[in-house]
Amino acid sequence: MAKQVLSCTINDEPVEVLIQPYSTLLDALREDLGLTGPKEGCGTGDCGACTVHLDGQPVASCLVLAMQARNRNVRTIEGLAKGALHPLQDAFVRHGAPQCGFCIPGVLMAAAALLEANPRPTEEEIRYGIAGNLCRCTGYTKIVAAIAEAATLTSEGARA
Amino acid sequence: MRRFDLTLPRTVDDCVKILSDRGDDAKLVAGGTDLLPQLKNGLLKPRYVVDLSGVETLRAIRVANGSGLRLGAAVTARAIETEPHILSAYPALAESGALVGSLQIRNLATVGGNLCNAAPSADMAPPLLALDAEAVIVGPRGERRVPLTTFFLGVRKTVLAADELLVELVVPAPGPRSGGQYLRHTPRRELDIAVVGVASQLTLTDGVCRKAAIALASVAPTPVRAVAAERALTGQAVTPELIERAAELAVDAARPISDQRGSADFRRHLVKVLTRRTLTTALERARAARQEA
Ligand SMILES: Cc1cc2nc3c(=O)[nH]c(=O)nc-3n(C[C@H](O)[C@H](O)[C@H](O)COP(=O)(O)OP(=O)(O)OC[C@H]3O[C@@H](n4cnc5c(N)ncnc54)[C@H](O)[C@@H]3O)c2cc1C
Ligand code: FES
Ligand code: FES
Repeated sequence: MAKQVLSCTINDEPVEVLIQPYSTLLDALREDLGLTGPKEGCGTGDCGACTVHLDGQPVASCLVLAMQARNRNVRTIEGLAKGALHPLQDAFVRHGAPQCGFCIPGVLMAAAALLEANPRPTEEEIRYGIAGNLCRCTGYTKIVAAIAEAATLTSEGARA
Repeated sequence: MRRFDLTLPRTVDDCVKILSDRGDDAKLVAGGTDLLPQLKNGLLKPRYVVDLSGVETLRAIRVANGSGLRLGAAVTARAIETEPHILSAYPALAESGALVGSLQIRNLATVGGNLCNAAPSADMAPPLLALDAEAVIVGPRGERRVPLTTFFLGVRKTVLAADELLVELVVPAPGPRSGGQYLRHTPRRELDIAVVGVASQLTLTDGVCRKAAIALASVAPTPVRAVAAERALTGQAVTPELIERAAELAVDAARPISDQRGSADFRRHLVKVLTRRTLTTALERARAARQEA
């Protein structure tokens, strides 16, 4: 089984890496590229811990073959902060949203996609926006509050 | 995950060539949301995997004026749930796309994968069956068209040969004064599999039902049409009493099993309830539809 060359853009950087044809995007990110922010919770699409953006849309990277990301844009939690923390990250810290923290990279990527599509979501829209993400510590209340606050702060900032 | 070689074709013809060379040793991957779990748990052990994500023509959604919808096999559930024309003219289909998995799954999951995986619970199958969709299949001997009603052979079995692929679904326009709905019962709203799913589709002429179609998921080895219930509605003025009668007849089309998701009796009950509800909504939507739609 010959390795294949994956060329894509990851967190705004062009990347070329040799990977096994059977490796998932999640494995390539974690094992070949050292981006261990995305987590493997289940490996079967159920938990959302592996959520990354593919061309701006959240996907379960445990179910994507790495080569399916060829010529596409991948964003991981490592690429969310640009200089300062992303407003969502900042709100998560202030609200104490992470408990063990394992689900948080996936939740943040789902929340970031939600706010890009819908900058002022209702609480119900926030809950559906992160419905594909399981938090085993069940800290959803603070997560939802943090997302709501980040939405308010960023859309007020955008108006100002 | 088990090891395999991966090929990256750009055209349907290349896919067919690879499949004819490799036959039973090869497996297609579209969104991978059914295939990857099956590769990981060892249910499937192909030596070659053929990636459809580079075949752009499979992702097209084409609307021909008045003559219906052509959906590429690799159109995602997310595209189906958000495409304005599908939302307005084929609401049952849009509703079924919106129910698949979570957003992280819907951005990957394709309609072709949903049908070709041939789970009895596939959510996009009942609306497409009720809309009289046809599957366009391409193989080494050329193209053939198969009505979706004869596409499914059993649990995880379809009419596709090992060297064929599904390229497109042709969905006739339901016509003016038409309405449809898809509903499923699940204990949870997100990330659950239908205990029962029902799609209903009605077309009216002068207040009389000209065409009725009802399709059921998760009550037989394949998705099925409830033909006797459809006949009872056709040519009649649709009243609540007639809907109740059709819902009872739909139960006869179900051959449910009992499993951890629900007993056979519970499933029969759900068929009746969901048929009644979807027919009622389909009727409201057909009445509200613009005459010229
Ligand atoms: C967490 C989770 C939740 C889910 N929830 C739901 C749900 O609510 N409802 C539901 O219906 N399904 C659900 N599914 C199942 C799955 O997401 C859908 O069936 C999806 O539509 C499959 O599409 P895919 O493109 O990912 O298929 P793939 O996994 O790529 O392919 C599935 C099968 O079809 C074959 N295939 C794919 N495309 C073609 C083609 N063009 N021609 C011939 N063969 C082809 C493949 O070889 C494979 O055998 C869920 C899956 C996961 C992981
Ligand atoms: S690890 Fe991908 S969804 Fe759980
Ligand atoms: S913080 Fe522990 S799983 Fe969510």
